[in-house]
Amino acid sequence: MNFSYGYRAPDTIAEAVRLLQEGGSGARPLAGGTDLLVQLRHGIRQADLLVDLKRIPELSAVRYDPADGLTLGAAVPCADVADHPDIRAHYPALVDGAGIIGGSAIRQRATVGGNLCNASPSGDAIPPLIVLGAEAEIAGPNGSCRVPVSSFCVGPGLHLLDQGEMLVALHLPIPSPRSGSCYLRFTPRGEMDIAVVGAAAWLQLDESLSYIEDARIALSAVAPVPLVAETAATWLIGRPADSESFAQAGRLAQETARPIGDVRGTLPQRLHLVGVMTRRALQGALRRAKGETIDG
Amino acid sequence: MADKVHVTTLLNGESVEFLCAPSQTLLECLRDILGLTGAKNGCNDGNCGACSVLLDGRLANSCLVLGAEADGRTVITIEGLADWAGLHPIQQSFVEEDGLQCGCCTPGMIIAAKALLDREPNPSDGRIREWMAGNLCRCTGYETITRAVRRAAAHLNGEGAEG
Repeated sequence: MNFSYGYRAPDTIAEAVRLLQEGGSGARPLAGGTDLLVQLRHGIRQADLLVDLKRIPELSAVRYDPADGLTLGAAVPCADVADHPDIRAHYPALVDGAGIIGGSAIRQRATVGGNLCNASPSGDAIPPLIVLGAEAEIAGPNGSCRVPVSSFCVGPGLHLLDQGEMLVALHLPIPSPRSGSCYLRFTPRGEMDIAVVGAAAWLQLDESLSYIEDARIALSAVAPVPLVAETAATWLIGRPADSESFAQAGRLAQETARPIGDVRGTLPQRLHLVGVMTRRALQGALRRAKGETIDG
Repeated sequence: MADKVHVTTLLNGESVEFLCAPSQTLLECLRDILGLTGAKNGCNDGNCGACSVLLDGRLANSCLVLGAEADGRTVITIEGLADWAGLHPIQQSFVEEDGLQCGCCTPGMIIAAKALLDREPNPSDGRIREWMAGNLCRCTGYETITRAVRRAAAHLNGEGAEG
């Protein structure tokens, strides 16, 4: 196995795209490196050129505009996302996800963009991005385009980027009024662990704060890709925002999930957890939609 | 074989230049090229924290950073903490609280503690444990390590005589 590769650190997107295109299938973008460097070391992925994206100013920028929403550069570390006042105020599920990846040292390097591009079914930042309606901005030889994060991952470790393409930023729409979001995962350890099952929920309430106007649910570690629980979310629309509705949504999410049994959890355990975590994530989203805090 | 990369970095307050292979980690550069063996190679996977350093003031596992990535950055290793006047207050606190047994995890523990106390001068015990969760001690001396970090916080906040 070839463990040696070249390294380039361009300072523009155009130059990065050119390097990735010229490098062909052996060229890989490098963000935090907390997954990629380990995978290269163990021969799980191969590369003969790493294109470091951290010297490109746009990729390290966070911009929140109350009229336009959030633009999160693909190379912003998870710790900066979890600490950012505007993200904390408006996109709490993303704070939940970015704030529990790895441990403190990992979060200083690992990026939300990298978590998405690693495309692990258990990636903690992905379900939050999906329920918050995020779009991925992709740059490539033929210009740039945007795709919904919900369709970004196509298999374990696989995404829809073509050769020469790279993730530039994530765009999250402005939060709707009376909405809230939450991501929770089940792990044996509180830190330095990987989700057995994770659930993200987003709710928008009606003006009485009693009924659900709109809902989105996404699950981690229960399918080959982060999974949208469409049936459960659609069922919730128009229903009372209460524990009975959330219990039924949990049951419907269980029907959508198609987990495997592996070293982290058995199949029946995962199915059980889908119900529990969906219910709890909906409760968290509800409390936040009502303006309550659930941290601590 | 890819060409070597020329790296200039501010290492423990001193400007340092070195050549490394593009795929060499910062940990390998520190230990094998620069002779700084304080950062340890524990798991080489980002799980144990024995290789912890500060990169531009941020806590990092140096096994998950390429040497090339350190170009133009500031690196602080355990060797950069003590000066001629004596141990750094965090090091002193680990001595006073017996916050080590075999000592292999200690450089990483102290660097991780510094990263925490640099940004949060008064962390709770829960916060200390949470922050240090990526630093493993196989002698399992976590209680005295937590105490050492607490004592270091007090030292640094001027509540103790030493340091």
